[in-house]
Amino acid sequence: MLTILLAVGILVALSLVFGAVLGYANVRFKVDGDPIVDQIDAILPQTQCGQCGHPGCRPYADAISNGEAINKCPPGGQATVQALADLLDVEALPLDGDAEESPVKRVAVIREDECIGCTKCIQACPVDAILGAAKQMHTVIADECTGCDLCIEPCPVDCIDLVDVGINTKTWSWEKPNGVATHSANIIATDRSLEAQA
Amino acid sequence: MQAPVVYSFHGGIHPPENKTQSLQLPLGRPTLPSELVLPLGQHIGQPSRPLVEIGSKVLKGQPVAINNGFLSSFLHAPTSGTVTGIELRPIAHPSGLDDLCLIIEPDGHDTWIEHSGLKEWQSISKTDVLAYLSEMGIVGMGGAGFPTQVKLQGAHKHPLSHFIINAAECEPYITADDMLIRERSLELILGIEILQHLVDAEHVIIGIEDNKPTAIAELKKVIGERNSTIQVAVVPTKYPSGGEKQLIKLLTNKEVPSGRHPADIGVLCQNVGTCTAVYDAIYHGKPLISRYTTLTGDALEAPQNVEVLLGTPVSHLLEYAGKINNKLARLVMGGPMMGFTLDSHLVPVVKTTNCILAASNSELPQPAPEQSCIRCGMCEQACPASLLPQQLLWFSKSQEHEKAEHYNLFDCIECGACSYVCPSSIPLVQYYRHTKAEIRESKEAAVKSDIAKQRFEARKARQEAEAAEKEAKRLARQKATPAKSNEAKTAPKKPAPAVSDSNDSKKAKVDLAIAKSKLKKLEKTLLEAQEKEHTEDINTIQLQVNAVKKDITDLEAKVVSAPTPKETTKTVMSDDAKKAKIDVALIGTKLKKAQKQLQEDPDNSELKDKVSNFEQELKAAQSKLESLVQDKVSPPVEKKALSDEAKKAKVDVALISTKLKKVEKQLADDPNNTELKGKIDTFKNDLNAAKERLSQLSPPEPSTSQEKVEKPVSAADQEAQKKLKIDTAIAKAAAKKADKALKKAIDINADNIENLTKQVADANARVKELEAAVGKGQTSSSTDKESTDSSEIKPTQKVVTDEEKKRKIDLAIAKAAVNKAKKGIVALKEQGKSEEEIAALGLPEKLNAAEQKLADLESGDSQKTPSNEHLETPPKKVSSEPDKETLKQHKVAAALAKAQVNKLTRRLELEPDNAEQIKQELEQAKQKQQEADSKLEALTNTQENR
Ligand code: SF4
Ligand code: SF4
Ligand code: SF4
Ligand code: SF4
Repeated sequence: MLTILLAVGILVALSLVFGAVLGYANVRFKVDGDPIVDQIDAILPQTQCGQCGHPGCRPYADAISNGEAINKCPPGGQATVQALADLLDVEALPLDGDAEESPVKRVAVIREDECIGCTKCIQACPVDAILGAAKQMHTVIADECTGCDLCIEPCPVDCIDLVDVGINTKTWSWEKPNGVATHSANIIATDRSLEAQA
Repeated sequence: MQAPVVYSFHGGIHPPENKTQSLQLPLGRPTLPSELVLPLGQHIGQPSRPLVEIGSKVLKGQPVAINNGFLSSFLHAPTSGTVTGIELRPIAHPSGLDDLCLIIEPDGHDTWIEHSGLKEWQSISKTDVLAYLSEMGIVGMGGAGFPTQVKLQGAHKHPLSHFIINAAECEPYITADDMLIRERSLELILGIEILQHLVDAEHVIIGIEDNKPTAIAELKKVIGERNSTIQVAVVPTKYPSGGEKQLIKLLTNKEVPSGRHPADIGVLCQNVGTCTAVYDAIYHGKPLISRYTTLTGDALEAPQNVEVLLGTPVSHLLEYAGKINNKLARLVMGGPMMGFTLDSHLVPVVKTTNCILAASNSELPQPAPEQSCIRCGMCEQACPASLLPQQLLWFSKSQEHEKAEHYNLFDCIECGACSYVCPSSIPLVQYYRHTKAEIRESKEAAVKSDIAKQRFEARKARQEAEAAEKEAKRLARQKATPAKSNEAKTAPKKPAPAVSDSNDSKKAKVDLAIAKSKLKKLEKTLLEAQEKEHTEDINTIQLQVNAVKKDITDLEAKVVSAPTPKETTKTVMSDDAKKAKIDVALIGTKLKKAQKQLQEDPDNSELKDKVSNFEQELKAAQSKLESLVQDKVSPPVEKKALSDEAKKAKVDVALISTKLKKVEKQLADDPNNTELKGKIDTFKNDLNAAKERLSQLSPPEPSTSQEKVEKPVSAADQEAQKKLKIDTAIAKAAAKKADKALKKAIDINADNIENLTKQVADANARVKELEAAVGKGQTSSSTDKESTDSSEIKPTQKVVTDEEKKRKIDLAIAKAAVNKAKKGIVALKEQGKSEEEIAALGLPEKLNAAEQKLADLESGDSQKTPSNEHLETPPKKVSSEPDKETLKQHKVAAALAKAQVNKLTRRLELEPDNAEQIKQELEQAKQKQQEADSKLEALTNTQENR
């Protein structure tokens, strides 16, 4: 009987001690915010375009962490979907809708002599990339523009265009080689003649 | 002099050297080409900025482009001639892309600009010498073209143990440095001495491969003659011993740590070409305008080394060396290992071009097809950077960028040794280059997205702060009102708001703040003066302090006295009205809530009672508000107050209509609820009443303003025309949008395509009308001018432009409204609603009305002048300020009316059930709008007339 009591006593004491330790750790090492949301947010392109159906990238990150599909970010392209799939260990779905796989970088350009200075575009731009004042000509700060498209629609005179950012010698990069030849031309002599016939 | 110790580096290969071909002939000097092409970015860093214009005459050695920032360089004219262009030309770059180039057409005289060199380089400061070198456009001529002065400055950060001159020239085929040493060994040594003076290293070593015996002998001879301490280290021939890090390892046995520079371990490397360029610059004042380049390859009849002017097109050199056309398979700039294929023969020689290789097919055969890696490890054996190329390949292929970086991908010098030895002929280097670029890009993108995020969040925070501020103000106002409500009830006589008074007190407060900060500053200086014992200062400052203190007490008294007396009289009244309005709003909200409940539970008679109670209350509150507002009208107040009332009335209208809308929405959800319908009717009555009131209020304004209006206006011809043109552009955009809508509709196979087509036709017709109006406008603007001329009043153009601008903006907005309505139709169709018919019946009408309005607005432009002529007696002269005020108010009114029309339109789409009622309202709203518009027009006209 005593042994049983002793055992129970010890176990109770132990559980109290560990409970206290865990309780303390919970308070002391509390993680602020939701780290997974931060990680998802870091992968999203921060275009803030709302094409995913959320008012910005962060809300979409929240939604993903709550189980929304990961393939709704057109500016991120397939690369973002892949990265999200890797992070969350889920299957990489093809991009939703008819978005391009690897979207081209674009910036907005205002045809300045047509601008009537209504400031509508400034209100629409999520990253404050447009400069102007009421009844003054407006312009886009190309470096800050994420090409999100949100300023195009509000313009009453349709004077904003999205133009592709071309490549120059500074932004050019080497192509990826084709990889191992799928059809082994030129490797085996007999293949070569066969292919020539074909 | 003992020979320095030579160590060894890991890996390396021994490709066939092929160096003898280009050493058969002596140094050649090609003729002047017909034009020289100088790319502005010949070096690492920012491209230079041109200093000359198209058409300017330049002399040989004249600077034609200046450095653009720290990491940049100068450019000089290689010969005398004319600048014929600054344009995009193909440049020496693996991408084969074009870049900005200066084009110089030589005049054939080769006239030098005055140049003298820097004879006193030993006595003046090193910084000045470095600056001089930068002005001479000296960049590293071995590899990437790193601006030399930047490299030399970097070398000062650590004490230098070794200064290494790179003469290894390990790439096959290239002999330019070999030739340079043979031809100019003395100049080279003098150049090294200058550099040594600048960097002051413990050891100066020339590293040269043992396959250049003539050059080695030449160097040793000159060094012996000059009794110099420069050492010559002969290293065994092995590719890539000319790599900076490899040569450092060979000569010092030190390895440059990953991600660091040679300067960090006390070593500086310079190419021999750079040293002679430094000599030329310092001793003769010759900037870097020419260089030694190897022309070689099987496809040339006479392979040789040439001293070539920078900017000479490669095609010219090929001609010079006897290009054999049918043999030329690949044109490479640089060596066969690290060079890149040129797409165009027109690319120019730049500061870093050490070789042009015109290779035949057998020399540089097409690379064999890539096969799978067999993990033989030969690449690892060959890699001079001691990397694991096969692992890097693996990570590059699978895009595991982090792992690739972890395996030190960025330490790869892209020497190509691994690809050279790979039995599977994998283009390893190309994989690495691609991966490096991808990593760099993704890092840049990460930085950019971080910035975007910051900006987005900053914007959000700002908007929230603004909203919070507004909310706080609203709450404060709400709190303030109950206290005064009693007063308001008992004393319903309202004077005008105390705008000027509050202004006064505000100003006083600002003054006070300024005075206080002044006092603080003065006291600080006083303290300082006391510390330093400047007695006279102390006295003057003390006097100032006293004066400011007196100011402050005065101001404080003013601040205290200013608000109190006025509050009871003037502010109370406006507060009253405000309060009443808030009451209306509150009751409205309650009503709304009750209605919502009612909707959920339509049979609840209690709720119904409540709703009707609320409605009564609302009406009472509204009537009170009305009475308040009307009270305000009766006493003769300033114009400003009047307009305030009008504004308030307008707000009322807006409020009531919002309520109305909401009820109607509910009705849409619950179409059979007769009570709701009844409510709507009452609301509508209210609305009409309010509108009437508004129109009662409004009329006096134009008349008063007409009396006061006097400022003469004129049409600035050009301005007006420009604006009319913009009009046309806007109209065209509208037509485009309508077109787009139509297309969409067709896509979704909507039933009402005919309707839409009609609309599009309408829109197009409108465009035409507008275009006609532009024509008219142009004529009218000229008539405008005439009329003003005849009336002989000095015109102020600015007013006209302002007005026109405003009107135009109104116009643009109205058009957008039309467009949006159209889009609404389309959206409706997409939903495939059964009530389409009704909506379609209502909407086009509305659209037409809106378009009509547009046309009205527009024709206002052209009718301006005629109406001007009718008004013959110029009204009394008063200041133009109130004029603008009224105008603005009218504009606001017009905008409000328009907004209402828009809202109604939208609602019509949403609630086809109520189409009839809404249409009625819409009619009213439109009437009102037209009234407002016509008033506005009249007002503008009167202004124009003056
Ligand atoms: S300028 Fe336009 S496209 Fe660019 S970020 Fe702003 S809203 Fe988006
Ligand atoms: S929305 Fe269009 S018209 Fe308005 S300010 Fe922006 S660019 Fe100018
Ligand atoms: S040399 Fe080529 S085949 Fe051999 S391990 Fe390296 S990459 Fe693979
Ligand atoms: S290219 Fe890079 S990986 Fe290949 S051998 Fe040269 S340094 Fe090593």
